[in-house]
Amino acid sequence: MMWKTATFSGWGRLPYGTCEAARPERLSQLRAAMTGGGAGTVIARGLGRSYGDCAVNEGGRLVLTERLDRLVSFDATTGEVVVEAGISLRSLLDIFLPRGFIVPVCPGSAFVTVGGAIANDVHGKNHEKDGAFAAHVGWFELMLPDGEIVRVSRESDAALFDATVGGIGLTGIIVTACLRLTRVPSNALIVRERPVPDLDALLAKLHEEASATYSVAWFDALAGGGGLGRGIVETATVSPTSIQIKPRKARSLPITPPSLVLNPLSVRAFNALYRARMPSNGRESLRGYDKFLFPLDSLRGWNRMYGKPGFRQFQSIVPAAALVPLLERIRASRAGSFLAVLKAMGPAGTGMLAFPMAGYAVALDFPNRPGVVELLGDLERITLEHGGRVYLAKDSCLSAQGFAAMYPRLPEFQDVLERVDPKRRLGSTMSRRLGIRGGAP
Amino acid sequence: MTMSRWLILGATSPIAREFARVAAASGADIVLAGRDMEDMERSAADIRARSERAVSVVEFDALDMAAHEAFVRRFDEGGEGSVGVFVAFGFMPSQAEIDATPELGAHVINANFTGAASVLLWLKPVLEKRKGVVVVLGSVAGDRGRASNYTYGSAKAGLHTFLQGLRIVLGRSGVRVINIKPGFIDTGMSWGNVKDGPLMAEPRALAERALKLADGKGEGESYFPWFWFVIMTIIKSVPYKIFRKLPI
Ligand SMILES: Cc1cc2nc3c(=O)[nH]c(=O)nc-3n(C[C@H](O)[C@H](O)[C@H](O)COP(=O)(O)OP(=O)(O)OC[C@H]3O[C@@H](n4cnc5c(N)ncnc54)[C@H](O)[C@@H]3O)c2cc1C
Repeated sequence: MMWKTATFSGWGRLPYGTCEAARPERLSQLRAAMTGGGAGTVIARGLGRSYGDCAVNEGGRLVLTERLDRLVSFDATTGEVVVEAGISLRSLLDIFLPRGFIVPVCPGSAFVTVGGAIANDVHGKNHEKDGAFAAHVGWFELMLPDGEIVRVSRESDAALFDATVGGIGLTGIIVTACLRLTRVPSNALIVRERPVPDLDALLAKLHEEASATYSVAWFDALAGGGGLGRGIVETATVSPTSIQIKPRKARSLPITPPSLVLNPLSVRAFNALYRARMPSNGRESLRGYDKFLFPLDSLRGWNRMYGKPGFRQFQSIVPAAALVPLLERIRASRAGSFLAVLKAMGPAGTGMLAFPMAGYAVALDFPNRPGVVELLGDLERITLEHGGRVYLAKDSCLSAQGFAAMYPRLPEFQDVLERVDPKRRLGSTMSRRLGIRGGAP
Repeated sequence: MTMSRWLILGATSPIAREFARVAAASGADIVLAGRDMEDMERSAADIRARSERAVSVVEFDALDMAAHEAFVRRFDEGGEGSVGVFVAFGFMPSQAEIDATPELGAHVINANFTGAASVLLWLKPVLEKRKGVVVVLGSVAGDRGRASNYTYGSAKAGLHTFLQGLRIVLGRSGVRVINIKPGFIDTGMSWGNVKDGPLMAEPRALAERALKLADGKGEGESYFPWFWFVIMTIIKSVPYKIFRKLPI
């Protein structure tokens, strides 16, 4: 049976309506799923690690890519690897880190596919140094809505390349991709953690450590006044020597707890603990890539922690001047989000709807309670007023107008869609919500 | 003990694909056999890039039994050392589809039973000569005839019986025969037919289990995951009067 009807959500587990889903195991089945009639639109879905609705398609069809996960070729002299787009970064790291290569850009979870990493042009803690994911992609094969596969590079079709990078699946299904892995001398990083008392200190520290390969800051979203932006700055550089790493043992959240578990009190306690285990002058340690890059991956299914109503994530990039109003508004809401992350971002890449651009990226979770949509509306407004933008991979409630204003290359993107998908066969709950195809949804 | 070569029959199934990966990682060369050459070439490239083991691809159709002898001869001539045979092909339309198209019934029995028995009979002397192990995917469906799946189940039951005898015969040459009876595995075969839930197991986990059994010392029948032993013990012991009324 090729199609099954089921409900799908994003990582935030918000409730959405049903769709038809196929999970092809071979190329011929992928083509059949793409072209196989049926009502509504079709969109690719990787491992569903986007938080909102970009890989959800209510009333339409989803093509799950995770079973097309093979290596096509690998060149150990250049680090160039060609893969089927359903392969996860987890698998790539398992195969290649022991051979001395790292995936050049890793988001905060390794359970994402290469297709999803391109379609959201994901960034890591090394964005300032290394750019976003697509900067390391030489070409990809894209299946268009009629089932035809085209090989796309910056040279062959720059517009289609740049529309697909960050294009949330709307140009077609990426079948294979060629990326260049980075050679590393070891399996470990030298990690430095420094506590910082406020936002100024946090930003200063991030700049001071600009020579590090990776950098990220965690801040206490509930601290206000003089303590606004209080947190920890973490940086890492490659270690020349390897360390012994015990095989991962995945733990998972066994049940879905009542949503009350996360309240301002428990979050405050967590944040206090997080800072308390840190000596006041910080510390330095050797850590495996996994532990530094994917701290959340060690607890499978942690997203169920927010209970049945699910949660929403907010992430935007803003200039420094917007940080105080943004953080103030978040703190005032006391909406109880404990993983607040701040990263310094480098210049934008070439993707038309790609998220990364110069500025500061701020990300945090909010349990899906009454008032959170209004709060996110305020954060959208503050972001927009300062010329920033919200990340589609995390978004579940951006307005269509806000989106169009934040992504000024939208008309260019729409022109490409008109060319590759004139019959409007591709679409998702997100593309309709944001009016990405313009005109009738 | 690691095999020198694994012959994987029905190599395009996701379980077989995962098995080929773990078998190559254990240090064996791999022969992928099946019908979809394009797909198997892609899997071969995958294994080569992962493991640097020798991988070859050959056309094999369980239903084309006239070709089995030549197929086995080519395999025999293609390498040295001990041989593992992994039988992963299968065909499972629903009983409703078979009822609507009765000729599908013979097809199901041939694909799951006759074809498997045929190729294993040709492989028997090769195994006796080269030593090794046979791992076959049976099915919990073969344990008791049920209204919803009895044609497929009967083919698997035939296969189970065949393997019981083959085990004795090959055992005389030190070749072990392992029959793994999987429950619900999350593949295209169950997609849309079986509800997701705690009974569903991953192809990768089954592949790892199969290799562990193959490289170990045991033989015989085992369920995967293990708790199907409990489920099937109960299912087999329900009195017929009650069993016929169960919606399974
Ligand atoms: C814990 C956690 C931490 C994260 N940290 C970061 C971070 O630091 N930086 C960052 O950038 N992101 C981060 N993310 C977000 C994540 O990297 C992206 O959402 C990523 O796109 C998810 O990949 P996926 O395979 O799950 O894709 P999905 O979420 O399933 O899909 C994402 C989009 O890609 C499209 N798509 C998927 N596969 C294909 C394909 N083969 N062809 C065409 N389109 C396709 C879908 O249509 C959809 O629009 C994080 C997510 C989590 C859960």
